[in-house]
Amino acid sequence: MIKINGEIAENIAGKNVAEYLTESSYDLKRVAVELNGNILPKSQYENTLLQDGDNVEIVSFVGGG
Amino acid sequence: MTREEWFGVLEQRHGADLQRKFSSACVAVCGLGGLGSNAAISLARAGVGTLHLIDFDKVDISNLHRQQYNISQLGMYKTEAMKQTLADIAPYCNIITHALKLTEENLPLIADCDIVCECFDNAECKAMLVNGVAEHYPEKYIVAASGMSGLHTGNSIQTKRLGKRLYICGDGASDVADDGTLFASRVMLCAAHQANTVLRIIADKFEV
Repeated sequence: MIKINGEIAENIAGKNVAEYLTESSYDLKRVAVELNGNILPKSQYENTLLQDGDNVEIVSFVGGG
Repeated sequence: MTREEWFGVLEQRHGADLQRKFSSACVAVCGLGGLGSNAAISLARAGVGTLHLIDFDKVDISNLHRQQYNISQLGMYKTEAMKQTLADIAPYCNIITHALKLTEENLPLIADCDIVCECFDNAECKAMLVNGVAEHYPEKYIVAASGMSGLHTGNSIQTKRLGKRLYICGDGASDVADDGTLFASRVMLCAAHQANTVLRIIADKFEV
C-alpha cells in the first residue's frame, strides 16, 4: 500500500517519483516532496521508485506573500 | 533602555530557560513582503537573538496595504527599512541584512541559521528554497507558507508538519494569481502562524 497525501494510491508501485508527478499533472518547479518523513531532494526524483509501504506528501506551492 | 533592562523584561515574561533559547537562536527570514515583514517583527519582539533579513526589493507604495513599512521608508531597501523598524522595537536583536535575490547558489549566506522562514511570494521561489535547504542543509528546520491570498475565511489558515523538519503554513490553495490581491489581515494570520511555529521549534515544541 502506498499513501499519497493521506490517500491510498493504486497501481503506482515501481514508478519513479518524477514519473508520478508528471503523470499527475504537478508542476515540478512548484513542488516539494516528503517521502517517509524526509524531504526528497529533487535530484533523486528520477531514481526513487515508489514502493509498498511508502508514505508520500506532495506540496504544490501557490503564489502570494 | 539598557541591554540588561531589555533582557530582564523578556526573562521575566518568558522564563530564563526559554529566553536563553530564544536569545541563542538564529533565524533566516527569506523575503520581506507581507509574510516576512510581519514574521520578523514577531520574532524580534520575542527576543530571538539573530535574524538574517533577505530581500532584493525596495519599499514601494504598492506594498503599504499589507507590509510593515511606512511612507518615510519608500524607496529604501526592505532589508534596511525593516532593520530600522526593528531597531526601534528590539534594539538588542542582532540583525544581518542581505539585499539580494536568494538562490540555490548563495544559500551558504544562511548557513549559520537554525531555522529558515520561507516568506517569498513567487511559488517557484518558494519551492526552490524549500528544496535547496533540504538538499544542502538537511539539519535545518524550514517554516514555509502557501496560500494566504484573497479575503477567504481566516479559519482556513493552518500549520501542517510534513516529516521531521518541514512546516507549511497557510490554506494550501488560495493563489494570488486567482484572487488578485492579498489583505494585510490574512497575510498577517499566516505570518503569525510562521512566527509562532519558529518560536515553538526553538522551544523544542515540535508538534503542531
